[in-house]
Amino acid sequence: MFRVRVIPVLLGCMAASCSQAQSGSPFVNTNIFEPVSTPAHDVHALSLFVLTITGGIFLGVSSLLVYALIRFRCRPDDKTEPPQVFGSTQIELAWTIIPVLLITVLFLGTARMIFAIQDAPKPANALDVIVVGHQFWWEYRYPKYGVVTANELHVPQSTKEHPLPTFLKLTSADVMHSYWVPRLAGKTDVLPNRVNELWFDPHIPGVYLGQCAQFCGPEHAKMLLRVYVDPPNKFEAWIKAQQQAQTELPEEGMRDQGSGIRGAATGGATVVRVNAQAVNAAQSSNDVNAHTGQMVFERQACVNCHTVKGTMANGRYGPDLTHLMSRDTIGAGILPNNQQNLVRWINDPNDFKPGCLMPAMHLTDEQNEQITAYLLTLH
Amino acid sequence: MATPSVPIPNRVEGVVDQTPPRTFAGTYLEVIHDWVVTVDHKKIGIMYISYALIFMLVAGIEALMIRAQLFFPENHLISPFVFDRLFTMHGTTMVFLVGMPILLGFGNYLIPLMIGARDMAFPRLNAFSFWISAFAGLMLYFSFIGGNGLTGTGTAPDVAWFAYAPLTERAFSPGHSTDYWALALIASGIGSIGTAINILATVFSMRCKGMTLFRMPLLVWLYTVVSGMVLITISPLTACQAMLTIDRYLGGHFFDTQAGGSAILWAHFFWIFGHPEVYILVLPAFAFANEIIPVFSRKAIFGYPAMVAASVGIGFISLGVWAHHMFTMGMTSFGNAFFTLSTMLVAIPTGIKIFNWLATIWGGRVRFATPMLFAVAFLFQFLIAGLTGIMLSVSPWNWQLHNSYFVIAHFHYVLVGAIVFMIFSAIYYWYPKMTGRMLDERLGKWHFWLMLIGFHLTFDVMHIPGLLGMPRQIYTYEADRGWAIWNQIVSVGGLIQAIAVAVLVYNLVHSYFKGREAGPDPWDAWTLEWSTHSPPPAYNFASDPVVASRRPLWDLKHPEDPDSAFE
Repeated sequence: MFRVRVIPVLLGCMAASCSQAQSGSPFVNTNIFEPVSTPAHDVHALSLFVLTITGGIFLGVSSLLVYALIRFRCRPDDKTEPPQVFGSTQIELAWTIIPVLLITVLFLGTARMIFAIQDAPKPANALDVIVVGHQFWWEYRYPKYGVVTANELHVPQSTKEHPLPTFLKLTSADVMHSYWVPRLAGKTDVLPNRVNELWFDPHIPGVYLGQCAQFCGPEHAKMLLRVYVDPPNKFEAWIKAQQQAQTELPEEGMRDQGSGIRGAATGGATVVRVNAQAVNAAQSSNDVNAHTGQMVFERQACVNCHTVKGTMANGRYGPDLTHLMSRDTIGAGILPNNQQNLVRWINDPNDFKPGCLMPAMHLTDEQNEQITAYLLTLH
Repeated sequence: MATPSVPIPNRVEGVVDQTPPRTFAGTYLEVIHDWVVTVDHKKIGIMYISYALIFMLVAGIEALMIRAQLFFPENHLISPFVFDRLFTMHGTTMVFLVGMPILLGFGNYLIPLMIGARDMAFPRLNAFSFWISAFAGLMLYFSFIGGNGLTGTGTAPDVAWFAYAPLTERAFSPGHSTDYWALALIASGIGSIGTAINILATVFSMRCKGMTLFRMPLLVWLYTVVSGMVLITISPLTACQAMLTIDRYLGGHFFDTQAGGSAILWAHFFWIFGHPEVYILVLPAFAFANEIIPVFSRKAIFGYPAMVAASVGIGFISLGVWAHHMFTMGMTSFGNAFFTLSTMLVAIPTGIKIFNWLATIWGGRVRFATPMLFAVAFLFQFLIAGLTGIMLSVSPWNWQLHNSYFVIAHFHYVLVGAIVFMIFSAIYYWYPKMTGRMLDERLGKWHFWLMLIGFHLTFDVMHIPGLLGMPRQIYTYEADRGWAIWNQIVSVGGLIQAIAVAVLVYNLVHSYFKGREAGPDPWDAWTLEWSTHSPPPAYNFASDPVVASRRPLWDLKHPEDPDSAFE
């Protein structure tokens, strides 16, 4: 009856080997034991301390148990009763006092870390971000920069020489969510009617993944998080680009080529809507499609939910699309952001995310292509 | 030293009452009628246990479906809507329709027998408690055809077993599924309170002559603590269900955040019930261990007074730890530190219990019959579960582990590894008393080893995806996270556990008809239930027992070395 369990040690080993396997592997890394930011580092250190204590307790108690079960097993024909022992004050006192001491040590170490992380002072140059959780996507606002975006968070890299932490304020527009990017920090719940706070200071640039960690409805599983840690100059460039507004696309014949900031729009909505039918019946050039697409976008229900800064679209219910093409993914991180996926998403989001709150608008294939052509211009 | 009023010879054969058990001659209808109208604590206990075992199979199938869906990343076997109902119903069923009934059922059966009483203090309240709990379960499952979920008609609750607000408000759960959940739990809560009142009244006023509180079997002590906790903790649950229903139907805004209500208020109310609830579930497992481990180690329990103090201590402290489920909700650092400390404090009396069990085995003559196999596994598994609980009590680490598969692994380690294993142990131990027949020992060993292997395959490995960032209550996961292999191993373990339970079910049915005759005392045990027939007659004891120590049958079997000389 020999059974030894070394679960905590095994856990540590397996997690470590997983992390090693993952650093050069096709898998992305969301291992809590691979921190790149101070809160996650602190938790990692504390966890090793706790594992040592609990591992020691486990090894001690279980080896005594195994020993007792082997040594004191009943021999086959032995029908006698052993001496009856009812207790021992000294032993019982000892195994009360020792746990009290262990708990004291454990608690003091833990309490120190609670205060260090939760009550960390906020430096003056910290980046402020407001996170609003929605069913089933993330809204990000940079109040000091006037930037609003969705689903992909960009933060600056923070090094020892140039610390630049990001301090998030978290709230929800509907139900409870939770913000969890394991390599950056522990999770903090995102509650409606309440503002919670979270901070991190990642020191290695890259993309860090996570997802919503509080059940919030059918598509809780697909409310993914992507945090882009940019070196400071790259972050500056990103912010600048995000601060630009789009414009109403100019009439055909006055077009600029390609993407980016357009020339001044030629006045209000009436210009844009001229000869819509003629335009629709015309060729399938991208420019025309994009222009038509903007018309379709603005005349269908899209603008009820979505904002494209600089145009008449200022719906608040769904993600801000102003710089949609600056993002790698759509649908809160579940699909690569490309023409094909955009068309299919607009056609019926429930194909990818059944239960998400964007309805299928039942447009024609041609209209879907046109809207997508417009969205593709939103860099 | 008081002598019992009836002599019991050496091996307690040819028991007190010589009247042969009445062979029940009646039609099927008469038999069913007898069971439906009974107020006999033994029949009610058996009904509770059978009801719970049936729901355990149902909830187990729900779990297998969950594991099938999670076998592959991006799997489309089960839609997110069905998946959400499955994990909600799995959790709700296991806690309220399996855990509570089976544990209260064993309590009902054993407590009067162990204290030498004829029945519980309030037999009709007992029957009412069972039937309202049974009704609650049927109402909850009726929701599959009568309810109306977030997105469709005819669905069961799909808001997770703890039903956080405001997801449960009308704005986000427009159908009736949440209402079935709330009402079923209010009804089953009434049943639990009735049983708790009954147990406390029975224990405090119906012990036989000579049985002081400090001579009661530890099982009875633990059930006393459990009953006190039920009385204190079911009220907040009922209160928050009532507030939720007021929000949903009478224009209340307790948890309606869109009108100024508080989501975190629901969490406090739920967990101030929810945490003591899991101690209510685990204390009976300790109770069984306190009876089974000494008998199979052939030694008295080590440190009875400390065990009593530890049990009461666990009961008290567990009422003050609830916000460790809320470490990530944005409490102040002082709040987090307080609940970290209170949670760690629970480890002290719990550790004392583990050490006392170890000391009971130490110096004994351990017999590894099936009940003891499950009890030994319980000891290792509960130790591990307690240690992962300590890890979770460390608030900053909790910020990573909360709502991840690490938590699921931890609480299933307690619920399955400790509680279900001890329930199995109790079944093998007391089935002979309840039916008069032994369960087959060979099948028992098959059950044990399959269960052990399946349990560890599933719940040891399940810690890993949690450490790798996998949250809970997700119907699928990205293929590039590296979680797939661990989910696959976990699912295979689930299948093995299902086979183990199938072996048990077969054993239960087969042995009822073909099992070896058990006699009154097949295990050579020491508490009063083993001094009467198997199964006991309706009146339990022909004449009231009189006891002089904690182990009355030991005194009779060993007149040269009675416990009463040492206590």
